[in-house]
Amino acid sequence: MEKSVKLDLEKRANEIRLLSLEAVFSAQSGHPGGSLSIAEIMSYLYFYKMNVDPSDPKKPDRDRFVLSKGHASPGLYSALALKGFFPTSEMKNFRHKDSFLQGHPTLDKVPGVDMTTGSLGQGFSASCGMAIALRQQKNDAKVYVMLGDGELEEGQVWEAAMFAAHYKLRNLTAFVDFNGLQIDGDITEVMNPTPIDEKFAAFGWHVQMIDGHNFDEIDKAVTEAEKDERPSVIVCKTAKGKGVSFMENNYKWHGSAPNKELYEKAVAELGGSL
Amino acid sequence: MQNEKKATRLGYGQALADLGGKYNFCVLDADLSKSTMTDLFRQQYPDRFYNCGIAEQNMMSTAAGIATTGIPVFASTFAMFAAGRAYEQVRNSIAYPELNVKIGASHAGITVGEDGATHQCCEDIALMRTLPGMNIICPADFTEAYLATEAALKIDGPVYLRLGRLNVPVIFDITTHKFEFGKAAVIADGADVAIFATGVMVAAAIEARAALSAEGIDAAVVNFSTIKPLDEKAIIHFASKCGKIVTAEEHSIIGGLGSAVAEVIAEKQPAKLSRLGMNDEFGRSGKAAELLDVFGLNAEGIVKKVRGIVGK
Repeated sequence: MEKSVKLDLEKRANEIRLLSLEAVFSAQSGHPGGSLSIAEIMSYLYFYKMNVDPSDPKKPDRDRFVLSKGHASPGLYSALALKGFFPTSEMKNFRHKDSFLQGHPTLDKVPGVDMTTGSLGQGFSASCGMAIALRQQKNDAKVYVMLGDGELEEGQVWEAAMFAAHYKLRNLTAFVDFNGLQIDGDITEVMNPTPIDEKFAAFGWHVQMIDGHNFDEIDKAVTEAEKDERPSVIVCKTAKGKGVSFMENNYKWHGSAPNKELYEKAVAELGGSL
Repeated sequence: MQNEKKATRLGYGQALADLGGKYNFCVLDADLSKSTMTDLFRQQYPDRFYNCGIAEQNMMSTAAGIATTGIPVFASTFAMFAAGRAYEQVRNSIAYPELNVKIGASHAGITVGEDGATHQCCEDIALMRTLPGMNIICPADFTEAYLATEAALKIDGPVYLRLGRLNVPVIFDITTHKFEFGKAAVIADGADVAIFATGVMVAAAIEARAALSAEGIDAAVVNFSTIKPLDEKAIIHFASKCGKIVTAEEHSIIGGLGSAVAEVIAEKQPAKLSRLGMNDEFGRSGKAAELLDVFGLNAEGIVKKVRGIVGK
């Protein structure tokens, strides 16, 4: 990946983090940790990889993205706003009663959202449905889906994993945000879903393990995924709360909002302005 | 009424197979395609049929994903697993996003028979009725099931089709019958009492009417094959005209047609009501026809309820 491209994607990832924090701070509610951990992947997909058009959000040949870990909606909404699907000024209305920016991604209400998600596991199945339907329609669009590592504890995830492998959905690429933390703590202590790579491999998937904050690795893995005839999963090692010192790798920031002082500190750390 | 008996699930399966050439849609099943009769579609359109295996939750959300691309989907399994096991997938993946998924739920009620209570879903109408935007059709016979399948396809949004395993009387002539979604159909008018029936109980209500007539009771028989949206106008009309209503359904009296009717009359047109259905109890194993008698879900059961409400 060219350096200038990478610099731009890094800038976008930083903007996604700032907007995500603004949304969660304004709402005094939401999930900052898992929104910050996926910022690079959101940046890569929406500003480099995916064929999407903010002026035509429903165009049939668009690539699809499903945020199966729907609670990271600030991360997705920020990418969509920055891409131009709706004004970034809407982010401060996130989770407010008259806003279209619902707590979890909502189809049709939010331009650019391809599937309603929030109840874990369901988005993954929906992405399988999209992939098989697009293939049937001879539509070459790709389907990307983002899962949480804690989400892998849902049985439905493995029903979907079986389905995707059985029907050889090569147009489906899944990311696992492997930040190691869920609401109650360390994933290996709450209910250990590891080894994630071996589980997906056993289910018949093409598996890669990368650093989810490294654009070169993300790009290489997505390109590799396209070559394989199996559905592909990219397990992304990430840091929950990435970019904000006091949030990083701290499960307490899974679903809580910063107060004014901490918000200002976080913005300063990310080089933003208020 | 004709003498022939056919299951409503067969009407559904035959309709899917017949409609496959006319409309572009997909059919999903969860390893029950020979029971739900979606196999009839698979035989003709294998490229639009996906077996999801024994994984109903994934099937419902997958159906939703397919529907986002603009293709309607029929997702079939037993009512127990469609409305019960996958309730939350139906709610969050299908109903909330208002996606074009038709749930073909067969083997509803106690007429599953020998399999017993684990497979006899008598709560599905109650569960589906609470979902905003969900449409519910419970066909009275093979003919209605056949016609309702195409009607469901023409509705832009989620539909729950409640189908049965048992061969039941074919009431309506397929060459002449009109199925009107959202409308309660008056099969016979009457002055003393109105019997509101759905599904397998419609045939029983027709039979009950004849018996009641011999006793000098003039009963109307109304077929509520659409349970949601509910034809409130028809309910109010008969509540006003007869002042006495008996509901009959192969479903719990809690949350089903009886409850729905009670809600309407309590608020809009008070009338006496007696509900026939499963009385807050689980089913059991036995031959389907025997079980209907065990639980009083037959013409005799309706007659008793009517006698009770008219004071004879």
